[in-house]
Amino acid sequence: MNTPAPTRRQFLFGISAVAGGLLVGLPESRAQTGHGEVTAWVVITPDDTVTIRVARSDMGQGIFTALPMLVAEELECDWAKVRAEYADTNENLTRDKPWGDMVTSTSISVRASQEYLRQAGAQAREMLIAEAAARWNVTPVSCRARGGIVSHAASGRALRFGALAAAAARRPIPENVPLKAPSDWRLIGTSAARIEAAPKVFAEPIFATDVDLPGMLHAAVKNCPTIGGSVVAFDHAAVAGLPGVRHVVQVGKDAVAVVADSWRQANAAVEALPVTWDESIGTGVSNATLRTLFREGLADPAAAIGHRIDDVGASLGGAAQIIDVEYEAPFLAHATMEPQVCTAKVTAERIDLWAPTQNGEGTTNTIARVMQRDAAQIFVHKLQLGGGFGRRGLAQDWARQSVQIAAQVPGVPVRMLWSREEDFTHDYYRPMVLARQTAGFDAQGRLLGWKVRISGSSIAASLAPFWLKEGVDNALMDGFVEEDMPYAVASFEVGVARRDSHIPVGFWRGVNLSQNGWFREAFLDEIAAMRKIDPYLLRRELLSENPRALATLDAAAKLAGWGKPPAGRHQGIAIVEGDNAWCAQIAEISVTDGRLKVHRISCAVDPNFVVHPDITVQQIEGGIVQGLAAALYGEVTVEDGRVQQTNFHNYRYLRMEEMPVIDVALVPSLGRYGDRWGGVGETGLPPLAPALTNAIHPATGKRLRSLPISNHDLRV
Amino acid sequence: MASLNINGEIRDLDAEPGTPLLWVLREQAGLTGTKYGCGIAQCGACTVHVDGVAVRSCSIPVEAIAPDQRIVTIEGLGKDGLHPVQQAWLELDVPQCGYCQSGMIMAAAALLAEHPDPGPDLIAGEITNICRCGTYSRVAAAIAQAAATRAGKS
Repeated sequence: MNTPAPTRRQFLFGISAVAGGLLVGLPESRAQTGHGEVTAWVVITPDDTVTIRVARSDMGQGIFTALPMLVAEELECDWAKVRAEYADTNENLTRDKPWGDMVTSTSISVRASQEYLRQAGAQAREMLIAEAAARWNVTPVSCRARGGIVSHAASGRALRFGALAAAAARRPIPENVPLKAPSDWRLIGTSAARIEAAPKVFAEPIFATDVDLPGMLHAAVKNCPTIGGSVVAFDHAAVAGLPGVRHVVQVGKDAVAVVADSWRQANAAVEALPVTWDESIGTGVSNATLRTLFREGLADPAAAIGHRIDDVGASLGGAAQIIDVEYEAPFLAHATMEPQVCTAKVTAERIDLWAPTQNGEGTTNTIARVMQRDAAQIFVHKLQLGGGFGRRGLAQDWARQSVQIAAQVPGVPVRMLWSREEDFTHDYYRPMVLARQTAGFDAQGRLLGWKVRISGSSIAASLAPFWLKEGVDNALMDGFVEEDMPYAVASFEVGVARRDSHIPVGFWRGVNLSQNGWFREAFLDEIAAMRKIDPYLLRRELLSENPRALATLDAAAKLAGWGKPPAGRHQGIAIVEGDNAWCAQIAEISVTDGRLKVHRISCAVDPNFVVHPDITVQQIEGGIVQGLAAALYGEVTVEDGRVQQTNFHNYRYLRMEEMPVIDVALVPSLGRYGDRWGGVGETGLPPLAPALTNAIHPATGKRLRSLPISNHDLRV
Repeated sequence: MASLNINGEIRDLDAEPGTPLLWVLREQAGLTGTKYGCGIAQCGACTVHVDGVAVRSCSIPVEAIAPDQRIVTIEGLGKDGLHPVQQAWLELDVPQCGYCQSGMIMAAAALLAEHPDPGPDLIAGEITNICRCGTYSRVAAAIAQAAATRAGKS
C-alpha cells in the first residue's frame, strides 16, 4: 500500500475546472494558445506540471490514476507532478476525435485504451527529446528522458520538460514509436500515489450534485409511477404559491418537474403536486405474470440457438439419469450512491450540461437528437460520478430530462436531482431472467449432455435495438456461447427466447454474466454432485485444455485452502471469465439455525496485465461486495406495473458488520496466453453468487435456484 | 430564520421550519461536502456532528438544533485541514467513487472520539453507513489505523 503525501493534490475535474470555462482550441493553433498542450493527451506547463487528459469517465474505478499511468510510463515524467483532467467532449467532435472513444462501460477503459495511451506518452516524450537534441545540436538517440528531464550524458547537459514543452509542441507528432516491453515498465504495475483520492477525502465539490452556477435554479422530478406510462394532467396552481416555486413543467410524456430556488423547495412542491397518470401499460403486470411470460419463453420451440456441440437431444434421450431444473434471477437496481442528477443550461446558441455521464458522446448525441440541435452545439462538462455501475451510460434519461426542464427556463442553469425514491423506482434494472438447465448422465453417472434455455428481457431491446440480430439478443447467452463457455463437454446447447415487458432493463455491473455466471456455475455443481466428484476437481477436468483458467482456479483453491475449511464451515467454488479477465472465487460460510454467515471470500484474478495493483484489488473487492449484497438481499419486484422498492429500507444493501474477510490474489499471466488485456471493473462480481450458493449446499443440503438467498429458509 | 453554530461560526440562515439540517447545510450554508443519499436516515451520506455526536442530518429538522449546539461538517473536521481519520483514509486509499466518504469519515471521527480504541467488532457494529462501491474493508482498516496513530501521539 502506498503512502501519498497528505496534501490536496491538484485535481482538475472539480467545479473549479467547470467555472474556468472551456478551453476550445484547434490542433494547428494549440501550441500558440499558451495552454501548454504538447499533444492532445499531454499538457506541460513551464512549472513542469504534467496534465494528462482522460477520455473515459471516473466513477470510482480509479481510471483518473490508471489511465495517466499508462501515458506517464512512456512519457518518463515525474509522477508527483502529474495531474489529470477530462478531455473535452465537444472538442473531441470539433477536433476530429483526438481522444478516440469516450464510452466507459464493459470494463473497457484500460483494456481498450492501453496501447494508444502508451503510444501518446511515447510520442510526447520523443517530441521533448527532439527539441532538446535540436537545441544541443546532438542526435535524439544520444539523449534520454527520465523523471521529467531530458539529458545528454556525453555532455552532461539537461533540460526540464517544462522548459522544452512549448517548443516541442510545434514539432511533428511521430508515428508508431516503439513501446517498452512489459519487463521494462517502472510505473505500470506499481501502486503509485492516486490522483483522485484526496479531493474525495476532503469532500471537495467534484460531483454533479455540487455544481453551483450563477443564477442557478433547482428542479425536482416526479416520474409516472408506472414506468412507460404518461402524464394525463397536473394542477400547477395547487403548488404555484409554495415557497420558492418558480415553474411547474411537464418533462417529456411521462414526468413533471417543479423548478424552485432550492431543491428542498422544489421537491416539497413536486410531492404535493396533483398529477393524473395513465398507467395502463402496466396494469396487472407483476413478478408472477413476468415469470409466466418467461417460462413460456423457456419452452419456445423457436428459441435462437447460440452454441451447439453435437446433438444434445440425442444425448439427453439416451440418458439413464436426468437433472432438469429452473433457475431464476431477479431484477436489480443500480442504486448509485448519488441519485440521478444533471445541470443544464439551454440557449439558442448552445446547450451546456454538467453531467455525471459514463458516456460523454452518448450524452451529446442524445441531447442533439432530442433537442434537434447540431452535436457541435452541445457542451458536456463531465464530473466525477457518484457511482455508475452501468446506470449512466447508454441510459441517458436523466440527461434528457435535465435539458427538457432547462429548455423551459431558457438561459438559466437548472440543476435537476432525483429523489432516492425516483431513483429506485425508475431504473434500467438488471434483467429478471429465467434459465432451464437439463443434464443427462449414463448409468455410471458420466455426463452425456447439457442443455440450456434462457428467457428474460433484453438489454439491447430496451436500450439499443440496433444491436439485435434478427430480433435476437445474443448477449442473453453470455457465458454459454463458444467464446466464453469454457468447459469441454461432449454435447451441449444453449438457446434464448427473449420476452420484453414495460420494465426497462440495462447494464448492471457484470451485465448478463451477473446472472448467467450464476446459472452456469451453480448448475455445474449439480452436475458434480451427480457425478460424485469434488466440484473443484470437476472444473479442473473440464478446463484441462485451458491453462490460463486452470492457473486462476488453482490459485484461488490454494488461497482458500480448498477442501479443508475450519470446523463447522463449508466452501463453494466458481470461476467466470469477464472482459478477458479470469476470476475464481471460493466462499467460506457457516449456517447456524438457518442463519447464514459469510466468513471469507478468497479470490484469484488474471487480467493478463495489471496497471495499478491496489486499484485492481479495490475493483475486485467492490465487485465482491456488490455481488454479495445482491445474492443475499437484492430484488426489485413489480406489482400491478409499479416497482415496489423505494429506498434502502426495502432494498437492503450490505453493511460493514456483514462483511466477510476478502482475500484477493492477483495472478496476471503477463501475455503468456495472448496479448489482449483484461478489464477488472466487473469480473469480480459474477463468481460470487455461485460460490456462495455452492457453499450453502454442503452446509444445508439445499440447492438454491432462485435469488436472493434471503427468500429461502436455510434451516436444515 | 435559523441561527446555527456551524464549524465554529454563527450563521443566520433563511430556512423554513421543517427543513432538514442537510438541506440547510447544502443549500443555505453552501457546505456541499455533506451529501444527500436517501433522505430517510438509512445510508449515512449526510452524517455530521452535533455536539460531537454523529447524526444523520437528512432526518433532523433545523428547528431541533439550538443556536448553542455545535455543528461540525466535513469542511470543519480537521483543525489544520487534516484529521487523523482523513490521514488514514489517504494512506489506505479508501475511496472509490467517494460520494459516501464524507459521511463515513464523519461517522468514523465520532466513533474514535467516543472510543479511542474501538476494535474490529465495535467498528463493524457502529459504522452503519452504506457504501455502494464496497469500501467497507478499507474503511474498517483506516479507522483502526487512525486509532493506532492517535494512541501513538498521546
